[in-house]
Amino acid sequence: MSVESIDLPASREQHAADVPVWQVRVGTRLSRVAAVAGIVLVLVLAVLPAIASRNLIQDLIFVLTMLTLAQLWNVLAGWGGLVSVGQQAFVGLGAYALFAGIVMAGLDPVAAIPLAGLFAALIAAVLGPLLFRLEGPYFAIGSWVAAEALRLICAQFKSLGGGTGMSISPSELSQMFGLKAVQALLGLRPAAARDVLVYWLALLLAVLVTLGIYAFIRSRHGLALAASRDNAAAARSVGVRTARIRHVLWIAVAFATGMVGAVVYLQKARISPDAAFSVTDWTAYVIFIVVIGGVRTIEGPMVGVLLLWGLVTWLAQYGSLYLVVLGTLAILIMLFMPRGVWGAAARRWQLQLFPTQRWLGRSR
Amino acid sequence: MSGFDTIIEGVLLGGVYALFALGLSLIFGIMRLVNLAHGDLILLAAYLVLSATTAIGLPLAAASLLVVAVMFALGFVLQRLVLERVLGDDILPPLLVTFGLSIVIQNGLLLGYGADSRRLQAGAFESSSVTLAPGLSVGLAPLTALVTAIAAVALLQLIFYRTSLGRAFRATADNPTIAQLMGVNERNVYATAVGLSLAVSVIAAVVFGIRASFDPSIGPARLLYAFEAVIIGGLGSLWGTLAGGIVLGLAQAIGGRINPEWQILAGHLAFLAVLMVRPRGLFPARRA
Repeated sequence: MSVESIDLPASREQHAADVPVWQVRVGTRLSRVAAVAGIVLVLVLAVLPAIASRNLIQDLIFVLTMLTLAQLWNVLAGWGGLVSVGQQAFVGLGAYALFAGIVMAGLDPVAAIPLAGLFAALIAAVLGPLLFRLEGPYFAIGSWVAAEALRLICAQFKSLGGGTGMSISPSELSQMFGLKAVQALLGLRPAAARDVLVYWLALLLAVLVTLGIYAFIRSRHGLALAASRDNAAAARSVGVRTARIRHVLWIAVAFATGMVGAVVYLQKARISPDAAFSVTDWTAYVIFIVVIGGVRTIEGPMVGVLLLWGLVTWLAQYGSLYLVVLGTLAILIMLFMPRGVWGAAARRWQLQLFPTQRWLGRSR
Repeated sequence: MSGFDTIIEGVLLGGVYALFALGLSLIFGIMRLVNLAHGDLILLAAYLVLSATTAIGLPLAAASLLVVAVMFALGFVLQRLVLERVLGDDILPPLLVTFGLSIVIQNGLLLGYGADSRRLQAGAFESSSVTLAPGLSVGLAPLTALVTAIAAVALLQLIFYRTSLGRAFRATADNPTIAQLMGVNERNVYATAVGLSLAVSVIAAVVFGIRASFDPSIGPARLLYAFEAVIIGGLGSLWGTLAGGIVLGLAQAIGGRINPEWQILAGHLAFLAVLMVRPRGLFPARRA
């Protein structure tokens, strides 16, 4: 360092201006393009029912609800380290709360959806402190036990069909909020209009959940969560309330999962404990989507759900073989491509559509 | 007398659950691996024994011994080729790989054997009973299950504390790095542990398959019972696991006596109650 630059106060300011300012950045140029493309895609999906066939709408309900569940599981297990194998509990609770609201309390189905989410969140709040006593991998089986217990409890409610389940008749759903408007707007029969309404609800949930998770992960709370997962003791030492942030995340994820369950079963209009609490349908598929797409990315579940959709249409006719293929694929991906399809592509071509990583860059 | 019968039934049922749990407890204790495919591997063993008795025509005992060898080898290879690659600080990969394995085995069994209920045939042994006291007789098969569970725990304790293999197990569990410095081959120890876990699971499968009918879909429930027995008993203690299995069996028997639909639920609730009151289990190991 030269003597002059220290001695002269006048040049000091000059010097400070030359020093590059380091900044933590998250966004990329590509991510701004992706944001615009994302908005366009959502708008296209929103007006799609005007031209799409009923089959496509039903397929897209599957895609959107599975995407939402996958995003939720990804934030819980991937970022939060709470590897739950019991998320079917909250799908089932949401679904049963919806049916109870419609059948027993005479609520409007659309109004019952957030209440179903609240019910799932309430049960999660009660179960959380118990299950969090189980460390890491034991939490996984513990959450599964809780889901099984809830399935058996739901099967005890004879007024909701007991162990065999029940259906809601179309007439009970015909007065549903918004249904008449959709019928008039698109000129559809009640059953098709209900699919469209459920589709919009699923789209709304998928967008809100994805944006919510994206904002959460990019916030300081997201950093705190990742810190609690990687090293709880170190995180606590810098002031992160690790237990609290996990508990709040667990409840929030249950709330959204419960609403997804309600939306799914509003479309099905038929419920049974075995289906609503199915570990294959609501957890194995979801885990498959996240693993194959890429854990700890926002884009991963999107890629994963499209791959699952393709595999379902192509392989589902083979029954059990299809699940053998899915499971084998998930194991191979975990062994040889642990970041998933999207993770590997992003690393190779430096793609960041919804960037969640932070890095230091010079602002000038 | 019916209350007493329920207790006997529960204790004997607990023997089976303890046998389910031993394999799970073993590999968690040694390598901190939670094997989500444990229940489905038990089912796989049951079906292999079934095939060995029906297709090859071996007597049950010989078939069981053969399958013990097969499952030990399978466990060894599974660890060496698959699990070894994902063990590490991150708990997610091993959980996901074993969960994938569970789905593959369950649906593979469904493809190979169909969804029908099966049972292992043990001849007159199945239906015979012994009289323990005047007016109190118990089925020979359930009694054998409990005795087998006790013998298996005793044998595993012996292996753990009286053999060089057990010393290697304990050393690796405490500190894999230092164990390796002392000349323990960590990879072989882990692979042997998984092999031993599956070999014990064959015993569980045979005892269970004689008592009750089974189909490919019931694997996950076996995993949950095994897990509940481990947690109720307390981590790190094999005798605790046996006690945990018996507590679970009692809870299910008592619940089932009140209302047949509550049998399984009562077990789950007992587990949650233990978690609430004694999160470290009823009989935890003295050393954490």
